[in-house]
Amino acid sequence: MNSFFKYFTDIFYAVKSLLTGMKVTGRYFFSPWEIVTQQYPENRKTLKMYDRFKGEVIMPHNEHNEHRCTGCGICETACPNGSIEILQAKIDMPDGKKKRIIDKHIYHLDMCTFCGLCIKSCPSEAIVWGQEFEHAVFDRSKLTKILNKPGSSIIKDIVE
Amino acid sequence: MKEIINLPVKNVEEEEYHINMGPQHPSTHGVLRLVVSLQGEIVKSLKPHCGYIHRGIEKMCEKDTYPQIIHLTDRMDYLSAHINNHAVCMLVEKALEVEVPERVTYIRTIIDELNRIASHQLWWCSFGMDMGGLTCFFYGLRDREKILDIFEESFGSRLLHSYYTPGGLMMDIHPDFQKNVKAFIKYFRKKIKDYDDLLTGNIIMQLRTKGVGILTKEDAISYGVTGPSGRASGFACDVRKHHPYGVYDKTEFKEILGTKGDTFERYMMRMHEMLESMKIIEQLIDNIPAGDYKAKMKAVIKLPAGEYFQRVEAARGELGVYVVSDGNKSPYRMKFRSPNFSNLSVLDHISRGCKIADLVAIGGSLDYVIPDIDR
Amino acid sequence: MNFSIYDFTSFNQWIDKFLFDNLPAFWAIVVEMTIIGLVVLLFYALVGLFLVYAERKVCAFMQNRVGPNRVGPYGFFQTIADLFKLLMKELVYIKNADRLLFNIAPFIVIIASFMAIAAIPFAKGLHAIDFDIGILYVIAVSSLGVVGILLAGWSSNNKYSLIGAMRSGAQIVSYELSVGLSLITIIILAGTMQFSAIVEGQANGWFIFKGHIPAFIAFIVFLISSTAETNRGPFDLAEAESELTAGFHTEYSGIKFAFFFLAEYMNMFIVASIAATVFWGGWMPFHVGGWAGFNHIMDFIPPLVWYFGKTFFIIWIMMWIKWTFPRLRIDQLLTLEWKYLLPINLVNILIMAFIVLMGWHF
Repeated sequence: MNSFFKYFTDIFYAVKSLLTGMKVTGRYFFSPWEIVTQQYPENRKTLKMYDRFKGEVIMPHNEHNEHRCTGCGICETACPNGSIEILQAKIDMPDGKKKRIIDKHIYHLDMCTFCGLCIKSCPSEAIVWGQEFEHAVFDRSKLTKILNKPGSSIIKDIVE
Repeated sequence: MKEIINLPVKNVEEEEYHINMGPQHPSTHGVLRLVVSLQGEIVKSLKPHCGYIHRGIEKMCEKDTYPQIIHLTDRMDYLSAHINNHAVCMLVEKALEVEVPERVTYIRTIIDELNRIASHQLWWCSFGMDMGGLTCFFYGLRDREKILDIFEESFGSRLLHSYYTPGGLMMDIHPDFQKNVKAFIKYFRKKIKDYDDLLTGNIIMQLRTKGVGILTKEDAISYGVTGPSGRASGFACDVRKHHPYGVYDKTEFKEILGTKGDTFERYMMRMHEMLESMKIIEQLIDNIPAGDYKAKMKAVIKLPAGEYFQRVEAARGELGVYVVSDGNKSPYRMKFRSPNFSNLSVLDHISRGCKIADLVAIGGSLDYVIPDIDR
Repeated sequence: MNFSIYDFTSFNQWIDKFLFDNLPAFWAIVVEMTIIGLVVLLFYALVGLFLVYAERKVCAFMQNRVGPNRVGPYGFFQTIADLFKLLMKELVYIKNADRLLFNIAPFIVIIASFMAIAAIPFAKGLHAIDFDIGILYVIAVSSLGVVGILLAGWSSNNKYSLIGAMRSGAQIVSYELSVGLSLITIIILAGTMQFSAIVEGQANGWFIFKGHIPAFIAFIVFLISSTAETNRGPFDLAEAESELTAGFHTEYSGIKFAFFFLAEYMNMFIVASIAATVFWGGWMPFHVGGWAGFNHIMDFIPPLVWYFGKTFFIIWIMMWIKWTFPRLRIDQLLTLEWKYLLPINLVNILIMAFIVLMGWHF
């Protein structure tokens, strides 16, 4: 007799537990305003990434096409996987001395792991995180970027 | 009846057949290959073949400096990236005898726990999906997104953060961090009821998990199964409780232990752990002391020659980091004791005699992350 | 010819008369069969495509997301785009597969569901064929589909497919029993197996109301067992995605996969329409015995609206079930059938027979 009742209580609790589950999905079905999905390509205009978002490494230039990079190469050594290459050039200073400056700051975005060690180690705060995240390209060579713009020079008051 | 049972069947060994679950299979959660011997639907034995995503992280560490190692540990158990970072950072701090500011330990503890919740949420999704309830997957991911948003706001990335550095943090937390975390906890306490209604209480789920894949306490200890999977068998192995680090010794939380060690217990452990983690965060979030976000460290970190070991409680179990240093700026030898590898090793033992469907459920409850197994 | 959307009998008779007046009897029948075949084919494709879209949208809303919304307004043409994709995909031939059976299997599955559709009355006079053993016929042909599934699993030369097919075989053989018994409960009440007579018998109240609790229990049992028979979640063990990757149709690609896919949705439509016809009155409007005015107002709603309303409501319930529950294990599946559904069903038939005998039903 005991097992006879158990048979029916089992059915009762089973049905009850199933209905509780159906209540959850049923509630979401009838409350479409709870949907959190972002309509991505449509909201491109309004989509704002967080200020600290690590999209890519960029080198900010001011309005005179000047940056803060001295070409010291600390970022190159800090990078764990060789995504940064610094090509230096020597120029003649007005006082006759030769000075090393940055020729090309090459950044391999395809190799970057976004660890942030280059930015943290930069002594002159020349490179920062950019918030651009749409990096998809058809040609992999486009992911190798030269961060200093052509013809740019260093801001005068930066000393090594 | 006896004649029927003793029919002249062929050797049982010949009746077995093998299927390869993986490397591409929906329920192995990655590129794990399980060679399963089956008799009908019953699992006779299985052999895990790992190494499909072996990247040689331990070897790569030998050429990297200590701050550079951090970003490699992210990529082991990517679901508890912060906790992995924490292990290496603490090891370096312990070796150099650096006192980190109190603010850093508080923030690290909170973020570790947030990471643990996010990891368990993803586990819940994938467990639900392994059981065949696809809806779970979306609810879990939806709630995990809230944590990832908090992470993104503070550290700029969602999965692989590299936020801790030896001696402190990369940058200070975002000013909105505390507000957002409190809002999340309020939100998640409501939503976790949905989890219970949808899956925990469900009769199908209970029937499929209760009494399936039983792991005894002795086996858990001898196989080295740690984390929620080990605690479900009654093995008190919570590093946060027994070897406290961070500010765990200043917080009140329970180390929940199971008794049966079946799939359902392992499931419940993680559900409880999410609640406990929220309790820890609630105790700490308003008390983050002011101060610096990193200790003064030398530009080039060199560990004194010797051997060092540090363990933390990652989301899936005990993560150990072992370093042999010869005094240089990179370690001579680095070894990670990853929790998933030990947890996987028990799979053959507990899934013998189960059905294929049970094997999937057991695998889901052990919650393995393949990159952590292969490293 | 007086055509109305409430009664298609005269419309059909008019076509019939027109053909027989103008053609020899043999050719008239051939033309009639061709017309019906084309109509059913078109209907099949349209309903199948719509159901795939509906399922994706319903499950999306239950899972708190938007669902297809790129192709056309609200993603309405998504399934048509998918159909083109499947049509253009390569048909992969499996090495060492049994080529003949491998190719035949999807057609068997789809023909079985085709045949079942013929007997279903969509409105008064709107059915391809009105057997006097309609229910028996539908049960018989809808269970042919399992042959296709078994062949697909066997001929694929894949262990996952084989396990899936064997599971499916065990499952459908057992659940066929419950489907039949739960329909017998209503046959006792209706006193006929002819679909048109069953619908006419519900003119003064649907059987689910007329038959008290036994009819309701029979409906629940039918819903569960027909969900299992169509291999839908939580009984989708034959294709259990997380265990067997895709079960019996693992090796199928392109349009052959689409046949299995379409057949699954059409089977769902067929069982839902049987449920609607047998339990909820089919195209019969909602009538309450004695309330002439109310019944008259209900009669204004066309029978097709009633029919599709009920069918899609039942389909929605089946989707709701699918997207809520985790999957059962094979032994639990059989336990559910043999230890719970079957005894309940048998007792239910006894109760129903007793009620009908005593004349306690409405």
